[in-house]
Amino acid sequence: MTRRARMRLIPNYIILSLFLFIILLPVVGLMLSAFKTDTEVIKGPFALPAHWKLDTFEKAWTTGRFNYFFQNSVLVTVVVVIVSVFFSTLTGYAFGMLPVPGRKVLFPLFLLGYMVPFEAVIIPLYHFMDKISLTDTYWALILPQIGLSVSFGTLWMSSFYRNAPQELVDAAAIDGCNRWQVLWRILWPLSRPAVLTLVVLVFMWTWNEFLLALVMVQKETMRTLPVGLAFFQGRYSADIPLMAAGSLIVAGPILLVYILFQRYFIRGMLGGSIKG
Amino acid sequence: MQVQHRWPGESRFHGWLYILPGLVIYLIFVFYPILETIRTSFYQWDGFSSNRTFIGLENYVSLINDSQFLQALLNNLTFIIFYSIIPILIGLALASLLGRRPMPGMTFFRAGLFLPQILSMVVVGVTWRWIFNPVFGPLNMGLRSLGLDALTQSWLGDFNLALPSVGSIGTWVQYGFCMILFLAGMQRIPEDQYEAAELDGANGLKQFLYITIPNLRAELGVALVTTMIAAMRVFDLVFVTTRGGPGDSTLVTGFLVYRSAFQQNRIGFAAAVATVMTVIIFVISVSILRLQSRAEEEK
Repeated sequence: MTRRARMRLIPNYIILSLFLFIILLPVVGLMLSAFKTDTEVIKGPFALPAHWKLDTFEKAWTTGRFNYFFQNSVLVTVVVVIVSVFFSTLTGYAFGMLPVPGRKVLFPLFLLGYMVPFEAVIIPLYHFMDKISLTDTYWALILPQIGLSVSFGTLWMSSFYRNAPQELVDAAAIDGCNRWQVLWRILWPLSRPAVLTLVVLVFMWTWNEFLLALVMVQKETMRTLPVGLAFFQGRYSADIPLMAAGSLIVAGPILLVYILFQRYFIRGMLGGSIKG
Repeated sequence: MQVQHRWPGESRFHGWLYILPGLVIYLIFVFYPILETIRTSFYQWDGFSSNRTFIGLENYVSLINDSQFLQALLNNLTFIIFYSIIPILIGLALASLLGRRPMPGMTFFRAGLFLPQILSMVVVGVTWRWIFNPVFGPLNMGLRSLGLDALTQSWLGDFNLALPSVGSIGTWVQYGFCMILFLAGMQRIPEDQYEAAELDGANGLKQFLYITIPNLRAELGVALVTTMIAAMRVFDLVFVTTRGGPGDSTLVTGFLVYRSAFQQNRIGFAAAVATVMTVIIFVISVSILRLQSRAEEEK
């Protein structure tokens, strides 16, 4: 790029930086507070701490019971992601490549689940789970989340399989592969980008899910991170370093995955609604 | 779409085997509850007792005159301005200002601008409650240090300010998403359209109205669906920042469903609110997606 072309881009960078600054300032400010003393927070909300202290995290982790919340969130999220992606691969493959009698009814049925909010299911779901004594268990957090994730996953994966190269499938069939083998040996390796996108989206939705966990769980030690943080805030809202440490524990894993797989997040979220 | 044909010796219903696991879990935990919500909305029920009374449309009739419901719905509509209209306008203005020149380092900006989209709304709420705190929040402290004490406010505690304050958090969450969406869309508009317009003497505004906007139709559709649905679904953010208060000034339909169903045991009423909310979201998605596919057919 020539010098002049680069010079012309400077105003663009200034504008973008300004809008980026507005987004980052509150987040970075809160995150920094986790490492500060109370007085430092009041003095300069966005200044760096004199000493990066870590005891606030320990306090949140043990006194605040974030150790429980963290375990719960990890367990629920891992199970939901694995099962949802596996089931969505199967349904997506069927809708994308196999003859499915009744597809005209079945496919829109899944589409419906993609559009409804959790509010549409939460009331009967709670009473149903209560009746079969599954409230306050991991099942109550996992099963409904899989149900919703599979509905998006089906749309997402079927659009991948619809566009997958038919020649490869035909060649594999001639070599004697059956449908199952075609899926796992031929198509699954090709679908890596689509699957990764689905993994990060389902991970994010499950990790951040709030209403389901709020309603299904009464026992404090069964709470997930977002619900734990919300109740924590009710009790300690004036203790900014503690709130900040809690927030960082909730946001940390998502941020880590985001930094590693940023491309997939953005592509999925920009493309998700187009495809839907 | 390619023709899906049966392989020799394969059962007609082979495809069902693949659909079955996902379908079963979906039917039990999503589809059946949706139907149950609708059914429940025709009953009066406290959630514990075994007698549910069928009351037909009475829950819906009472919604029309229910001041809480109307307030909640109005607040959701107000949130559409903050979640949808303002971010889309910011996004469009910026996209056209930045133009279509490729910028090195865009990946970095994109990742940063997109950040609020991936954060838990509880974390976002905690962050902004701190910013808005009347005593030690950075916003009021900043105003005081500039000598603008008169402008300091109880942002989330004031009957008139709480709604726009929570709404502006929504704007903060959504504008980066809209910017990225439109910037990506602009890259795809063929250069010759602008060159031709330049030759015809069309000014910047005309180019924007007649070239940029029509070419961004698909992106506008996506932005509208996503952000309007986000505005209709607001729950976590209100739960964390205001719990609907002060009074009912930031009450939204999602919170009303939660409060009526799980704190006041008005199950039938809550189900009716949930049904109306779902129908609105459904109508928004379907109508905008339909408009969009019509626009694409015209292309």
